[in-house]
Amino acid sequence: MELYELAAHEAAAKLRSKEISARELTQASLDRIASVDLSVHAFVTVTGEAALAQADAVDKKIAAGEEISPLAGIPLALKDNLCTAGVETTCSSRILRGFIPPYDATVVTKLNDAGSIFVGKANLDEFAMGSSTENSGLFTSANPWDIESVPGGSSGGSAAAVAAGEAFWSLGSDTGGSIRQPAAFTGTVGVKPTYGRVSRYGLIAFASSLDQIGPITRDVRDAAFLMNAICGHDPLDSTSAPVDTPDFTKALTGDIKGIKIGVPKEYFAQGVDPAISAATRKAIDQMVELGAIAEEISLPYSEYALPTYYIIAPAEASSNLARYDGVRFGHRTRRATGHVDLFEKTREEGFGDEVKQRIMIGTYALSAGYYDAFYLKAQQVRTLIKRDFDNAFEKYDVIVTPTTPTVAFKIGQKSNDPLEMKLNDILTIPANMAGIPAVSLPCGFEGGLPVGLQIMAPAFGEEVMLRVAHAYEQANDWHRRRPTL
Amino acid sequence: MPSQLSIEEVGRVAHLARLELTDTEKQRLTGQLNDLLAQFSQLQEIDTTGIPPTSHPFLLRNVMREDVARPSLSRDKATQNAPEKRDGNFIVPQIVEG
Repeated sequence: MELYELAAHEAAAKLRSKEISARELTQASLDRIASVDLSVHAFVTVTGEAALAQADAVDKKIAAGEEISPLAGIPLALKDNLCTAGVETTCSSRILRGFIPPYDATVVTKLNDAGSIFVGKANLDEFAMGSSTENSGLFTSANPWDIESVPGGSSGGSAAAVAAGEAFWSLGSDTGGSIRQPAAFTGTVGVKPTYGRVSRYGLIAFASSLDQIGPITRDVRDAAFLMNAICGHDPLDSTSAPVDTPDFTKALTGDIKGIKIGVPKEYFAQGVDPAISAATRKAIDQMVELGAIAEEISLPYSEYALPTYYIIAPAEASSNLARYDGVRFGHRTRRATGHVDLFEKTREEGFGDEVKQRIMIGTYALSAGYYDAFYLKAQQVRTLIKRDFDNAFEKYDVIVTPTTPTVAFKIGQKSNDPLEMKLNDILTIPANMAGIPAVSLPCGFEGGLPVGLQIMAPAFGEEVMLRVAHAYEQANDWHRRRPTL
Repeated sequence: MPSQLSIEEVGRVAHLARLELTDTEKQRLTGQLNDLLAQFSQLQEIDTTGIPPTSHPFLLRNVMREDVARPSLSRDKATQNAPEKRDGNFIVPQIVEG
């Protein structure tokens, strides 16, 4: 295996044993970016020089015999909706081109403090609205397993970078599946933590009651290490939960005897590719062989999660995106004659089609006369979706489903059919609605493309979720496969 | 529940959202929004009488901090990204006549 293909914890072990240096690791990532990113297009910005300087600082610490964190010296990619002081942060939108944040997101500060190496900012669907990166206002990223296919989205660049060996791990954000769906499409591990587990300070807001930052990695152990570093209460985010962060790696015992798995029949229904259902059921059978107990359950309101999401998320987005007005930052029209005209033309020029569509639906759903019929109704249905999960978790430790209805599709295949595109997230949205944690990890291949398995757990139940994910992963070798580029 | 959005109504919503849409965009969005509205009608099947709305996944009360001064962004940093600025102020088109 090449250096750039190692799991982050494997690279960290070599760093500790002084077999390699942080500079060598960083150079390996940068070389890999130079050789494959012209076809993968994972990065909006590559910060090579700064990365090498960070690496040298870590090497100095190692040479001085200082204790270093498990993240130190390991190259990482950041989704380009995470604010990085002094480094352009675009949200892959024309409206934010050239925006240089004056401060770091809390997760960026935490990773920086841990000695993490930032190799660059990864592409996304504009403002994280999409499932393929085709809505990026800059360019479309490719799937390293088949460069004619999408890497998923919205954290498509973050997932593609990890799968392609351009970064050892990355951070994404997940509002309706934007970490888990691209992880499924690229054969990586993607965690959406419990809402409130990770500070959203400095994450450019899309839908504030749903957004959550999380890791995309090559195996479950790496995800646990990154979770250890990014979780925790933050006074700068009033929705961040005042709960302690456990050492998630301690949960990876390999023992899942007696774990109760709920298998919701609605997640294997029409629209889910039979090959994906079969791969998921095979994975569940394997968990049973490892000592878990699986039973069919029902989450009847999950089928309403998609329309509920497409009211709540755009409503919140229409409010969050009101700040892009051409006054304080970002693009400003040159054609304005008055202040309202300045706002309207700036936003017309700066936002892409999908973002405009969501702002429109959100504005409509919140407008006078329609609030009760749409927004209030959706919030009530959200309660019912959440109650389904509350009831299920009284009896079951985790819920296991496919992550996506299909494997990665071809670039252009669904981009003209917004409804078809939105079906991508049908199995991932319910976890955001309920605020619970969920992970996607590889459970097979279909036509040469990775298949993702989703494990959901009760709020703040990441430990049992990662324990089950790790036990399954270690009984297989999907996480050791690497694409040929 | 309105059945169909007209192109005029789309124009009205666009103004509320401060978006100057082209005619082609209005046309396209009218179709797309009506498709989505048809999807939303599914929700009307559900009886939500007496069900409280969820605005946030977990019940959080107002989160307060001590009312004490602390360092914040400098004026320079706060205005560093402004498309147009002068003497630490944001420049906007004239709003008030006279």
